[in-house]
Amino acid sequence: MSLTLDDVKRVAMLARIEVTDSESEQILEQFDGIFKLIEQMQSVDTTGIEPMSHAQDVVARLRSDAVTATDEHELFQSVAPEVEADLYLVPKVIE
Amino acid sequence: MIDTSLKQLSADLAAKKFSSVELTGAYLDRIEANDAAINAFITVDPDVSLAQARAADERIARGEAQPLTGIPVAHKDIWCAKGWRTTCGSRMLENFRSPYDAHVIQRFNEAGAVNLGKTNMDEFAMGSSNETSFFGPVRNPWDTACVPGGSSGGSAAAVAAALAPAATGTDTGGSIRQPAALCGVSGLKPTYGLVSRYGMIAFASSLDQGGPLAKSAEDLALVLDTMVGFDARDSTSLERSAEEYARMLEEPLQGLRIGLPKEYFGEGMSADVRKSVDEAIDEYRKLGATTVDVELPASELSVPAYYVIAPAEASSNLSRYDGVRYGYRAENYDDLLDMYCKTRAQGFGAEVKRRILIGTYVLSHGYYDAYYLQAQRIRRLVARDFAQAFEHCDVIMSPTSPSTAFRIGDRTADPVQMYLSDIYTIAANLAGLPGISIPCGLDGAGLPVGLQIIGNYFSEARMLNVANVYQKQTDWHLRKSPVASN
Repeated sequence: MSLTLDDVKRVAMLARIEVTDSESEQILEQFDGIFKLIEQMQSVDTTGIEPMSHAQDVVARLRSDAVTATDEHELFQSVAPEVEADLYLVPKVIE
Repeated sequence: MIDTSLKQLSADLAAKKFSSVELTGAYLDRIEANDAAINAFITVDPDVSLAQARAADERIARGEAQPLTGIPVAHKDIWCAKGWRTTCGSRMLENFRSPYDAHVIQRFNEAGAVNLGKTNMDEFAMGSSNETSFFGPVRNPWDTACVPGGSSGGSAAAVAAALAPAATGTDTGGSIRQPAALCGVSGLKPTYGLVSRYGMIAFASSLDQGGPLAKSAEDLALVLDTMVGFDARDSTSLERSAEEYARMLEEPLQGLRIGLPKEYFGEGMSADVRKSVDEAIDEYRKLGATTVDVELPASELSVPAYYVIAPAEASSNLSRYDGVRYGYRAENYDDLLDMYCKTRAQGFGAEVKRRILIGTYVLSHGYYDAYYLQAQRIRRLVARDFAQAFEHCDVIMSPTSPSTAFRIGDRTADPVQMYLSDIYTIAANLAGLPGISIPCGLDGAGLPVGLQIIGNYFSEARMLNVANVYQKQTDWHLRKSPVASN
């Protein structure tokens, strides 16, 4: 399968990355080579093989329902671009 | 004190031959004098490092020292260290000062080690040459026209240039082993789950694993002791009793079975690499090891599978950089959506964007089965191949990288060419197996060649033994880069 310029622009929007037309064209060109590499995967029949999502057979660890974290929002918000009254500020989304 | 092993440094500190302040100061002086040519460090903070050294000296005086107390260690700038700028090699985190310590940093602090500074790296650990760093490329101390490998290139170059006695790195597809090979140092990627990922900035969570880089296997063992340990804050951290990784270092190799996968000795490898690796394997035969041919047929698809799985996980992990809670925010934008898009367009470099876009595409509607699920099935086949191979051998050996260090700029135009730099290292990440790279020769241009040793799960102590006995017989790991001699 081959990708189109529209695919690149659609994916960039999904990923919330602004791309210019010339960037899109360059990305498309590089994707061609990268997806040729990736398509090599289709050369093996993996019917019946269970997908491996993780290196170890780990199960989610349970813990007792106790408070372990302390409120450090001031410390964590100290590295935010814009904060007011303990709230992260973003451009207005509701008129 | 610069060419000394960690064990000897520890003994000298205990014997008060010199203090941690003197030792740390000596390394800070070397960084000051030499790092302009190498660019191995993104951040150095002598006041903080020397304060830690003073505290270590007091601890040594009280008789409460541990093996790493007072020893300066450089940390890849992927580890959050409280108060330190933690950039991950990106403009996105250019001014991010971590409000907390990674588990690994906490372990080094508890051990009394000195944080010598934060090392340069490919942006968000995505790269094999250290050329994707926002802070400029790192230069190989053996030839400053060449790359040091990546993504832990700053850490590898720092050790190779004797700017640090040891360093930490992370390895998602070869990012400890490949730069270790290209810089002529020793590097170890542990079994997945041994080193906590808490506070280690995420790239591909099912593959990422932290580990040490140092001058020798013996030094790696000592640093690994401090890095490994259960941490409830990482859901993939394994609960295991503590090991002393140096416990088997000196055991003879008589009867060791070395698996040689033919898939790792095929086309694409340079003749010099081949020669050095063959000679290393001959040396192992002299030490009493036997070799056996093993097959890892699915490994040939590990690069394609990796370039689906790693970008897919990265696209999800890096969605957190939105300009709201921390990190870079674009200056001018129209609305919230525009703020996200401009922040991410300006904050990320080209390679990171490329991988986010690949990941977003392979996970998007209609493509998930063909790409992501197929890659995960191949991942299973890769792991099965290793399981079968380890029925016939104790360790697997191969070159770490198909070539020695390449020139800066040589592979930047072609991402696929760059991705193939990790062709021998990626399979161990997919399977979650431990791998080591140790120096085993120099090519015609005098650049280091790395030997990769892959072991079964949790066999780090044995692998370090295998590496150490070789290093006791050979002197490749003692060869010094020109910058280290400055």
